[in-house]
Amino acid sequence: MGAVTLQNIVKRFGAFTAVHPMSLEIPEGAFVSLLGPSGCGKTTTLRMIAGLLDPSEGDIQINGRRINDVPIHKRNLGLVFQNYALFPHRTIAENVAFGLKFRGVDKAERDVRVKKALDLVQLPDVGDRYPKQLSGGQQQRIALARAIVIEPDVLLLDEPLSALDANLREDMRVELKRIQHQIGITTVFVTHDQAEALALSDRIVVMSNGRVEQVGAPEDVYTTPATEFVARFLGASNILPSICTGTDQTTVALDNSAFGKLVLPRERAPHVTGAGAVKLAVRAEKLSIVAPGAAGAVGEEEVSVPGVVETVDYQGLAARYFVRVGNEQLQAINMIDGSPFAEGAAVDVRLRPRDCTILAEAA
Amino acid sequence: MGWHLLRGWTVLVYLFMFLPIMVVVLLSFNASQFGSFPMTGVSFRWFVELAENEAILRAFRTSIVLGLLTSVISTTIGVLASLALVRYNVPARNAISTLLIAPILVPEVVLAVALLLFLNALSVNKSFALLLAGHVIFTLPFVILVVQARLVGIRRDVEEAAMSLGASPIQTFFQVTLPLLAPAVFAGMLFAFTISFDDITGTLFWKPGGVETVPTQIFAMLRNSISPEINALGTVMIFLTAGLPLAGIAIARRLALKRGG
Ligand SMILES: Nc1ncnc2c1ncn2[C@@H]1O[C@H](COP(=O)(O)OP(=O)(O)OP(=O)(O)O)[C@@H](O)[C@H]1O
Ligand SMILES: [Mg+2]
Repeated sequence: MGAVTLQNIVKRFGAFTAVHPMSLEIPEGAFVSLLGPSGCGKTTTLRMIAGLLDPSEGDIQINGRRINDVPIHKRNLGLVFQNYALFPHRTIAENVAFGLKFRGVDKAERDVRVKKALDLVQLPDVGDRYPKQLSGGQQQRIALARAIVIEPDVLLLDEPLSALDANLREDMRVELKRIQHQIGITTVFVTHDQAEALALSDRIVVMSNGRVEQVGAPEDVYTTPATEFVARFLGASNILPSICTGTDQTTVALDNSAFGKLVLPRERAPHVTGAGAVKLAVRAEKLSIVAPGAAGAVGEEEVSVPGVVETVDYQGLAARYFVRVGNEQLQAINMIDGSPFAEGAAVDVRLRPRDCTILAEAA
Repeated sequence: MGWHLLRGWTVLVYLFMFLPIMVVVLLSFNASQFGSFPMTGVSFRWFVELAENEAILRAFRTSIVLGLLTSVISTTIGVLASLALVRYNVPARNAISTLLIAPILVPEVVLAVALLLFLNALSVNKSFALLLAGHVIFTLPFVILVVQARLVGIRRDVEEAAMSLGASPIQTFFQVTLPLLAPAVFAGMLFAFTISFDDITGTLFWKPGGVETVPTQIFAMLRNSISPEINALGTVMIFLTAGLPLAGIAIARRLALKRGG
């Protein structure tokens, strides 16, 4: 098992910089996801850790040892690719045993460990088959077995689930989490799917354009996005330009065009230092849409403003409403109680200030 | 109506292509001492005479040694060149690729004369080595075309997976890349062998005095008379140059089947 440290690593392809100076601590046994849209540099970062790309600058350490100059076949890493990359000319058992041969493990021991690995991925009986004779999901489990049977220091996964269809993907997600827990291996997981990252990770590294936007536990990244990019990338968010009118020990006072005056608890606006323009982020699920003047008193903490439903996006269990409030169009995702509001309906939009957050980046 | 015409036409085209070959095979079993119709009986005497003809046997040995050496050398160079061109960032990759394929496009006579003139300029004498070099140059493009096409289809991540599991680049080549490349390597060798075995134009230019390959031997014999032995020799050649690739394909199929298709 190993901890991974990236120190200001940079990757340039000619004049193009794919990864800007990036530093990251991955503690031993952690499950860390690199999350971001296509082309943001996730694969490039992973390939630098793997030793498939040389960083243009910076150091990579595993267990405190600098490994920049260690070639990939001496790094002792487990690598799993999107397209499984099994050896088509070898049986499943031979595929899984492949890495053990280079570690001087004798035949008898090899057989035992292959069997254990196949049991771990719940495919004990396919050893004699060839990769083509397995389904995509099964092939990916074998790829995982092949990577972990060598007891690598770190497991590196590049979108391992994205070639699978939706149902299978969720099963495999649970499976992957179970296996990672069972063997407690340090794991770096690359994905562009926020649901995957939220479900699996101890820590999420959100990337955009070769830069780290935010690092944090799934809950932190989700509820307290640091930047507009993070707020929008992880689910639907409303970003409202606001003016900070004053702060004290426990609260921050704001003014914005949709909700008027708001008073936020200090911990929801940790970055605010004084009066000035800021960006307020509110998740679509945190805005509740109710009939005008509906019961369920507007609590002391809750603000309520009138609005008009402009568009309804019916999703079965929930609906996504686009509501006009003053000059702003707000997005709200609400459970449907009875029947959804119709387009053009006059409604009240309610918000608890403590569900808002102020972004770290300047307005 | 139209279909019948088309079918008839197709049969005619095939007859045109294969009838001469069938005639040669048929006449090689003719008992008559003339290498032409009418057939007077079935006999193997021309094959026996063939087997006793020292000149022909020598030509056969030369052709087989030449063919085998050509195929081994050409395939080795071809595989290495393809690897370099496909897997590494070689500068001027396209230019080199075109250059390697060029011998297919240049008329063989021109190539033959060019190589000869080149060696004259260096005042090197004709030799078996020169003949071999000529055949290698001439067969290399076929090997490269076949191997490159296959190599492009081998995913890089399979090799990367092997390296991540502890295989050095060389071990990765022998344990992963080469086995996956095997059908193309095999096909390349067959191509090189049959092309070399068949070749006459270049061979006539390059061969040193006194050395004959099967095609040049037939050519020399034809100058005197059409002996029925030539028919027998033709039959043997047909079985070698057509049978070998067919057998090769069958073996390759069986190998592929074993791996689940
Ligand atoms: N070998 C290369 N040469 C030049 N540019 C490259 C190379 N590899 C990657 N890039 C560029 O670097 C950027 C980051 O690529 P990378 O593959 O890391 O993206 P990614 O985050 O993994 O995206 P995806 O989700 O699509 O896989 C992209 O803009 C890509 O075009
Ligand atoms: Mg990628």
